[in-house]
Amino acid sequence: MSTKPLFSKCLTFTGTCAITIASLLALPSAFAQDTIKVGVLHSLSGTMAISETTLKDTVLMMVSEQNKKGGLLGKQLEAVVVDPASDWPLFAEKARELISQENVDVIFGAWTSVSRKSVLPVLEELNGLMFYPVQYEGEESSKNVFYTGAAPNQQAIPAVDYLMEELEVERWVLAGTDYVYPRTTNRILEAYLRAAGVAPEDIMINYTPFSHSDWQSIVADIKRFGSAGKKTAVVSTINGDANVPFYRELGNQGISSDDIPVIAFSVGEEELSGIDTSPLVGHMAAWNYFQSVDTPENEAFIEAWHAFIGNTNRVTNDPMEATFIGFNMWVKAVEKAGTTDVDAVERAMIGIETPNLTGGIAVMDKNHHLSKPVLIGEIQDDGQFEVVWESDGLVVGDAWSDYLEGSKDLISDWTDPIRCGNYNTVTATCSGQVY
Amino acid sequence: MRISLTLLFALLLVLSSRFLFAADIPAADTEVLAETDSSFATAQQLETLLRELTEASLSDSADILRQLETAGGRRVLPLVTSMLSGDLYFDETTRQVMRMVESQGVRTGTDILTGTGVDAMSTRQLGKIRVNNRLRVLLREAIARINMLEGDVTERLSAAQEILRDLSDGNVALLMQAREVEEERDVLELINVGISMHILSGAYTSAERIAATAVLAERLESPVRNLLDSMLSESGRNEQDAAVRAAVQEAVTSINRKVNFYLRVEQLFYGLSLGSVLLLAAIGLAVTFGVMGVINMAHGEMLMLGAYTTFVVQSVMPGLINYSLWVAVPAAFIVTAIVGVLIQRYVIRYLNGRPLETLLATFGISLILQQTVRTIFSPLNKLVVSPDWMSGAWQVNPVLSFTNNRLYILLFSVIVFFILLFILKKTTLGLQVRAVAQNRNMAKAMGIRTDRLDALTFALGSGVAGVAGVALSQLTNVGPNLGQAYIIDSFMVVVFGGVGNLWGTLVGAFTLGVSSKILEPATGAVLAKILMLVFIILFIQVRPKGLFPQKGRAAE
Repeated sequence: MSTKPLFSKCLTFTGTCAITIASLLALPSAFAQDTIKVGVLHSLSGTMAISETTLKDTVLMMVSEQNKKGGLLGKQLEAVVVDPASDWPLFAEKARELISQENVDVIFGAWTSVSRKSVLPVLEELNGLMFYPVQYEGEESSKNVFYTGAAPNQQAIPAVDYLMEELEVERWVLAGTDYVYPRTTNRILEAYLRAAGVAPEDIMINYTPFSHSDWQSIVADIKRFGSAGKKTAVVSTINGDANVPFYRELGNQGISSDDIPVIAFSVGEEELSGIDTSPLVGHMAAWNYFQSVDTPENEAFIEAWHAFIGNTNRVTNDPMEATFIGFNMWVKAVEKAGTTDVDAVERAMIGIETPNLTGGIAVMDKNHHLSKPVLIGEIQDDGQFEVVWESDGLVVGDAWSDYLEGSKDLISDWTDPIRCGNYNTVTATCSGQVY
Repeated sequence: MRISLTLLFALLLVLSSRFLFAADIPAADTEVLAETDSSFATAQQLETLLRELTEASLSDSADILRQLETAGGRRVLPLVTSMLSGDLYFDETTRQVMRMVESQGVRTGTDILTGTGVDAMSTRQLGKIRVNNRLRVLLREAIARINMLEGDVTERLSAAQEILRDLSDGNVALLMQAREVEEERDVLELINVGISMHILSGAYTSAERIAATAVLAERLESPVRNLLDSMLSESGRNEQDAAVRAAVQEAVTSINRKVNFYLRVEQLFYGLSLGSVLLLAAIGLAVTFGVMGVINMAHGEMLMLGAYTTFVVQSVMPGLINYSLWVAVPAAFIVTAIVGVLIQRYVIRYLNGRPLETLLATFGISLILQQTVRTIFSPLNKLVVSPDWMSGAWQVNPVLSFTNNRLYILLFSVIVFFILLFILKKTTLGLQVRAVAQNRNMAKAMGIRTDRLDALTFALGSGVAGVAGVALSQLTNVGPNLGQAYIIDSFMVVVFGGVGNLWGTLVGAFTLGVSSKILEPATGAVLAKILMLVFIILFIQVRPKGLFPQKGRAAE
């Protein structure tokens, strides 16, 4: 058959043609069953691309390293990359595509909570498996998701404690992007601060849209709020590229870290590589990993990353470490289970231990969260963080916050006999809701 | 109306004085000075303390710093200033502490006590003396105490401001001492403020305290306002003396009146600044959409291309960042004008008079341009550096400051507007453009080459958008999606102002900017944006042709 009739057909029957071409494209993957497929669901365009592109590359690096070691269960790994384009509903569509069309065995993906919430129903319907590598607001524990980033008690709460105890902060600005992660985190923080005796008038909460760029009046408000005589700090859950103009405005309005320190939960080395950090020196971030941490594991990781990406100026960050841990855990769990079957791997995951990059051991707990060290770092003029505080040992991730009404009685336990993500310890029932 | 005129006038005054007195701002001078003053401790003592500093943990450093300050006095000034700026290092073998500055790839080191040069390239192992926020506060206070008596005028001024925040007995004594020798009026005023604050809050007679309140009533510094507020509040100092309380009450009222006035001015400035961004984003569209009537969905991408041109210019001339914008403006104009001509010649020309098809085609072009940029430059945002003269702020008084980048962009947008207005109203090109916009066939009959003119007009509109992109690169993220963020705003401004009217665009942009900044404190940024859009929808219902509709036969 020559191509010409096909194309002229295409022009007349566009719909059928699209299906034909799509099925032609789908053919090769349908026959390639001798590989284990790893789905990568990170935005490669749009407002979150600044953060998520790096994670896609991290997964690709881990896959290629695993293949160099001889693959997994005697098969090679194959990464399937899709681009949900920072478009939250598209995350669900792409996840469905990965699971039902591409037949991936595991997905590494999502950054913003709104994208994770969008993927969740698909994962649970199709019984997929996803590793979510970013710090988040908690209040969730799905059978099909492993949370390798920090829960609020592994990031937000210790950060606030540090500000309260070390810097004697008495007045708080909770600034965030307007979506589920900042809103829930700030709700937890507000409850926590109120419980610690902070008056309501000493807490200012502010939300801005994604990609917000006109920060002048908000920063001026913060400056005014901070001039009331009490030590003031900003707890920032601002996400994505809105951080660049925010910090720029802070610098321009002359707010230095010793006047009003900003502690951020979503700003890492990658985000800072887009700005001149000299006016930001001393502002802080709370994470479970910094590139500047001096351990042999970290050095090897950075070296591998630079070799993979071919650029020694590229930085590493916390969600990369979480991806690294998640990937290694999944590999171990698959080896332990001897299959990539989701249910078997899910049961095998609990209790798996792999080394993290800060010199400790990450343990997957029965609530699908990791035990992690908490670090607080100050921004340096080279865009790196210097650790100024570190938790004693590992902090166990808490899926359900102890500071919120309705959430403090819940626990998550995916081992028998409970096997429930939201078990109510008072009524001794699983609330039935899946997440 | 009168209030807003007064505000505008005040702002203009403030703005003009900015440019009149710009030359008087003294350059910050951090000369490393090492006087040998033997009345202080011996050099040996300082050296022991320095050695301890290199070995101390962050929490021990604070104590060592205090000892250094008492032992060394002014001699430790270079030490504390470079420690604050993070330039303080030590040789890990000899434990020599030095200040290390890197400029243009060359590292120069100076010994922190003697000020003699250290061969920085040969030092093998350098350790950094670490600071955290707590130490930074201590360092700043230490610098203030040292500078209060011996610094130059600017140093003494900032020292006095710093001391106001912490009026401990020691600091008050220092202020008393400084008052005896101080000659500069501004510094003396601040010193008096500090002493007055001490008197007001201390055990002095009512008359003394009322006199002190009178001094404070003239000031806007936040420590003063906080002290006065606390005298009146029940959870604060809660002043019992009725006479003093009345005086404080009066002072607070008068201060608050001033503060509120400056807040209004500040809000107006923010509104104008947002308006200038809207104006910049919309002004190119005012030509292509407003005058030519082409619904150009790729307009946002012209802004983006302008911003990326700035990035390219800066990467070509990395050593000359301060001049890069002067190069970027014409470069962006040329690049986007060429792209504009190409779009017009190869796409829009064939769709003349078919708005729906034009809309779809230009939307397609916008996607193509975004993806092209994504492929060439990666989807990640690019770092566009702000030149030094665009960073920082101009502090008018303790409650009012204008950031430089906004100030310059406001000025720039107005200049671009008037240049464009000049081109359209006073040149032959402009005359022909307006003729074609009013009646294409008639213009053609009069011998105007409409085809060539369309291309030129489109080039002009796109070029202006590119120039606007240069300005936007200073405010927002330079990424492939930059244009998307502004396209809606641009259309909003042009439609609101009245299609085909440049003045309408100017007034529309500033009206929308100022009103959304007035709304923002009450509603938050998210709701303010929604309310603005609702307002525009309602407005278009009442006046479908915008603020300044075309009149006469040309309008049909």
